[in-house]
Amino acid sequence: MRTLRARWLQILTHVAALLPLAWLAWEYWQGLLFDPVQAITTRTGKTALVLLVLSLACTPINIVFGLKPVLRLRRPLGLYAFMYAALHGLTFVGLDYGLDLDLLGPAILDQRFVLAGFATFLLLLLLAITSTRAWQKRLGKGWQRLHRLAYLAGILAVVHFAWLAKVGTEPLRYGAIVALLLVMRLPWFRKALTKARHQLKKTEESPADLTF
Amino acid sequence: MRKIDPSEITPEHLYLSRRKFMVGIGALVTSSLILNACRPSGQSPTPASPEGPASPSATPTVPAPPTATPEASDTPQATANTGELGNELTSYDAVVSYNNYYEFTTSKDGVARLAQDFITSPWTVEVGGLVNNPKTFDLDDLNKFAQEERIYRMRCVEGWSMVIPWVGFPLARLLQKVEPTSKAKYVRFETLFDPEQLRGQKSSLYDWPYVEGLRIDEAMHDLTLLATGLYGKSLLPQNGAPVRLVVPWKYGFKSIKSVVKIDLVEEMPVSLWMAAAPHEYGFYANVNPDVPHPRWSQATERRIGETKRRETLLFNGYAEQVAHLYAGIDLSVWY
Repeated sequence: MRTLRARWLQILTHVAALLPLAWLAWEYWQGLLFDPVQAITTRTGKTALVLLVLSLACTPINIVFGLKPVLRLRRPLGLYAFMYAALHGLTFVGLDYGLDLDLLGPAILDQRFVLAGFATFLLLLLLAITSTRAWQKRLGKGWQRLHRLAYLAGILAVVHFAWLAKVGTEPLRYGAIVALLLVMRLPWFRKALTKARHQLKKTEESPADLTF
Repeated sequence: MRKIDPSEITPEHLYLSRRKFMVGIGALVTSSLILNACRPSGQSPTPASPEGPASPSATPTVPAPPTATPEASDTPQATANTGELGNELTSYDAVVSYNNYYEFTTSKDGVARLAQDFITSPWTVEVGGLVNNPKTFDLDDLNKFAQEERIYRMRCVEGWSMVIPWVGFPLARLLQKVEPTSKAKYVRFETLFDPEQLRGQKSSLYDWPYVEGLRIDEAMHDLTLLATGLYGKSLLPQNGAPVRLVVPWKYGFKSIKSVVKIDLVEEMPVSLWMAAAPHEYGFYANVNPDVPHPRWSQATERRIGETKRRETLLFNGYAEQVAHLYAGIDLSVWY
């Protein structure tokens, strides 16, 4: 029963992660996008960020709510984030700048948001390559440490977003979420949480004591 | 909000006849510009008089005849398929569907839907400040100015651009009516403040209402337009109905929409964007490929409807007409 539910959770994740791409393609074929290059760029970028944040949220969700099956979503969510980030980067280089090196050179070097985005992409590439079980075995304990770089990727992605936004709080909201998720991973947070749980148990038990 | 005197409300039949009248003007603009296209070649059909309003405009102005032909269709139309640089017009669909208008939403494809019920009539534009003859113009007054078509490139600070056949009249004509005093150095523009209709104004991120400004010589320049329509039709709310500014050599955000107030002032006005991010958005905001936004390059742009980028032109391609306004000014300091 439990495995069945976990299986459904997996399927749901795959479908949900592919929906933004399907929606974008549908709108494109319907001619609903007035600036298709811009729409593809911003929407693949936004989806990559959301999926990356969701994959970072899995561990804290398990810590707080004790939902083990969620841990198995980290890999697919992370890989889909990489897929969208790759589409995002390819659109920028191939469609937006038409592989024109004269335009691309300054576009990359003179714009710090591009550099931050490129760094994020390289991190996600590294994590995607090493996401297999074979690499997990090969790297042993180091694998976990390596994959904590996902947090760095999250931070860099937010910086990338903040640097390219005209003005606005949306990047800050993502930044706050990533910061919160990072804090929830810290040992002192876990300790405080266990303590709070004990306290809660006690107060739940005490009324029962009174009935005796 | 100001109470509206019943006498200010245009009776519907007058309003409707005014509309027919405008459509007629559209038809006349069309025919006169077609004639205009027969002029000797080498002469640009778009205005190019650097001396400003004192010199006769190179664009044909259309007298407003009472015998307008109302059957001119309601379909979007323009007098040419290209601007003076041979740039193809952006499709009407794109022009009315892809807009930056933060008073409605920050999503460019969302504006048209959210703006459709925006009330643009009755409407008044109060012109005052350092003038001898302050005056409040209603829509009829604005429509009395000879309307003409101007095909302008519009370059957004975000890096995209369009080519739009505006209908309107030079701002200078309106300013001449109110007679600015010698003390007037700048012109300050203000958009309607009405958070019930313009829900975006409930956001505390920006200092509403939208404010923009021009130096008086920029405001008096013949290229500077008060637009009331585009593609031969009245402006739609998403494009800044009923009346907006168009300053084609500056980034799009300078071309303030749905204007209710124009003041002649002595001090440089602080625009909404200057207040929001002073290091990123300056007073001048002239299109300039060599002066990057602090966080992104302005060297290239994407014309809506095209895939690959094109190079951005100094003063958006209007250098010949406006560069003299900035002689001796360091454009990287006065961005």
